[in-house]
Amino acid sequence: MEPVKELKKTTESPKSIRVTGAEAIMHCLIAEGVDVLYGYPGGAIMPVYDELYKFQDDLHHVLTRHEQGAIHSAQGYARVAGKVGVAMATSGPGATNLVTGLADAQIDSTPVVCITGQVPRHLLGSDAFQETDIIGISTPVTKWNYQITRAEEIPDILAKAFFIARSGRPGPVLIDITKNAQFDELDFVYTPCKGVRSYNPAPKTSEDSLRKAAEMINSAKKPYIIYGQGVILGNAEEELTTFVEKTGIPAAWTILGLSAMDSDHPLNVGMVGMHGNYGPNVLTNECDLLLAIGMRFDDRVTGNLETYAKQAKIIHFEIDPAEINKNVEVDLALLGDAKDTLSRLIPLVAKNSHPEWKAEFDKKYEEEYAAVIERDLLPQKEGLTMGEVIAQINKASEHKAVIVTDVGQHQMVACRYAKFKESKSNITSGGLGTMGFALPAAIGAKMGAMEREVVAVIGDGGYQMTIQELGTIFQTKTPVKIVVLNNDFLGMVRQWQELFFDKRYASTIMTNPDFVKIAEGYHIKARRVTERSDLAEAVAEMIASDEAYFLEVKVEKEDNVFPMIPSGASVSDIRLK
Amino acid sequence: MENQWFTISVYSENQVGLLNRISGIFLKRHINIESLNVSKSEIENISKFTIVVHTTERWTRHIVSQIEKQVEVIKAFYHRDDETIYQESALFKIASNLLFDERQIQNIIKDSHAQIVTVSREFFVLAKTGRRHEIDEMHQKLEPFGIMQFVRSGRIAVTKTEMRISAMLEEFQHA
Repeated sequence: MEPVKELKKTTESPKSIRVTGAEAIMHCLIAEGVDVLYGYPGGAIMPVYDELYKFQDDLHHVLTRHEQGAIHSAQGYARVAGKVGVAMATSGPGATNLVTGLADAQIDSTPVVCITGQVPRHLLGSDAFQETDIIGISTPVTKWNYQITRAEEIPDILAKAFFIARSGRPGPVLIDITKNAQFDELDFVYTPCKGVRSYNPAPKTSEDSLRKAAEMINSAKKPYIIYGQGVILGNAEEELTTFVEKTGIPAAWTILGLSAMDSDHPLNVGMVGMHGNYGPNVLTNECDLLLAIGMRFDDRVTGNLETYAKQAKIIHFEIDPAEINKNVEVDLALLGDAKDTLSRLIPLVAKNSHPEWKAEFDKKYEEEYAAVIERDLLPQKEGLTMGEVIAQINKASEHKAVIVTDVGQHQMVACRYAKFKESKSNITSGGLGTMGFALPAAIGAKMGAMEREVVAVIGDGGYQMTIQELGTIFQTKTPVKIVVLNNDFLGMVRQWQELFFDKRYASTIMTNPDFVKIAEGYHIKARRVTERSDLAEAVAEMIASDEAYFLEVKVEKEDNVFPMIPSGASVSDIRLK
Repeated sequence: MENQWFTISVYSENQVGLLNRISGIFLKRHINIESLNVSKSEIENISKFTIVVHTTERWTRHIVSQIEKQVEVIKAFYHRDDETIYQESALFKIASNLLFDERQIQNIIKDSHAQIVTVSREFFVLAKTGRRHEIDEMHQKLEPFGIMQFVRSGRIAVTKTEMRISAMLEEFQHA
């Protein structure tokens, strides 16, 4: 990913300098090109914070209001900037508060390096104050983790941490550093990590497999592409579009793949999955060749595996060998980086078009438009819909905003209706479904692309899980735009209760505070919209604002998100109502 | 798919915490590890895990690919019993007076090709190496006389086919 910058403030020659472990960490971060990190101080990490004080010209540390906020910010930053995000916390509760973010980054393949303080080496295992076994706790939710107990280990281990986080299929790495290793001195030299002998980040597809794939593609009558985040992580957006245009194959996105292709591209046919579009789901079971590019056949995408694309030959473009045949048995696996695989495949495929097949997607879209989309975007009823709010954001931001979503109904609506021209524009918690992700992730996203408009779209439930990060926005004056779609319900659970639990609304009714007043308490400009007539103007005012802006939209309380594949049903059994 | 016995062999760096990482992969899928042995391997500084599971081949394949995905794992394989040469070891601690009072014990020792590791006034220790059923048989025969302590090791196994670990390590280094 990013090139490693020259080492600042240390010698230009490989001659070592004598520094403390804590100072060595600063040099490592600078050498890895880190410019911003998110964290929260505490006893076991104080020597590092003392160095952050001295290095504040080079390293911008953002004090979040909770460690979960720190790691979600680092994730938002990583996904927008395409760089490794960094979060820092103290031992014990500081470290355990990172765990949800680690799990989120692990399942969504986000490159993050977390540095946690730990009690001094001689106290390990003694149940010392704020001691917790964060290595043990974080093992299942990290790509790699390591405990440093000696200062001399710091440069090599941090170099390895960044390498592992960003290479191959990216993921979170946690480095736990005992306090003695922060205080002790070492002879510091930094050598970026170029490889780990037991780790092969990106296997390469053979020419043979590529030729075989090209034959399958060239002879297919109803080929269909589903693309995921692997395209974005592999910087293969251009290759994907070129491939789609040359082969004329309709392509659909997974929620993490969204924005890899221009939303308005005629061959970009919609979203797959539980609340995806009608055609892309139904036609999965009618295509004769399915090209799965950088996606992992999540159960929310496939529905019932017994009836998923059984008629089709399947080619899986995938960087992680463990994903091959994990959920769906495939006919051909193209292992490797999407950019490399696609660019080598493009010359081998024939220029083609599939107008009749594409017309089936168009026909299904028309059905969906009549049954669902028109009602969502141009409602005739009094209550505001989530869809029309997203449409206004599209309009006011001219399809250029980064949209950061949380989890639930608003997320599905945003992923269905948000329009993007640019990649890395849709930031959401996909695999883990972490409520509370959006507000802190939006802070990181904005810092990862200050020139871009960043709009967080959040439900009233998830918003209150990390609402304290308004304090971070206020303190850092980060101009993020926040839209809370408030239906006074935990909407997605309520929808399931309505459809599958006879409307027994167990613990989904929210008695909410005055969100406008809360935002104003943090000196953030705030407005509430309850009428359709005010919506367009309010959204435009928000987008035009140079500073952070909070917009609460009171939406219809009991709207449902459709289409929907009921849990465990087939993609072809998707319901329009 | 039917449950079968599989021996999983993992070649890895010798790293604190890796055992936890590997056992977590079984835990996540609610699969019991039937036996586990960690030792050095034929390659210097490379550890070898030998793990026995009783599950479907599909699950075993998934587990093996998840294990292999771990940064410090060089290679993981799985084999059916007929593809490996495997053994376990067991130790039996028995009261010494029985050796003189119960003539039958001497026959058991002879028949099972067990070794007497040590003899003291109070107890003697028998060692037996072999397949699980052979050890179980010996256990059954000795049980009526009273076993003071018993322990059995995890399976250790070598495969009939070649393991190309050294070549693999070289490939990684030149990649």
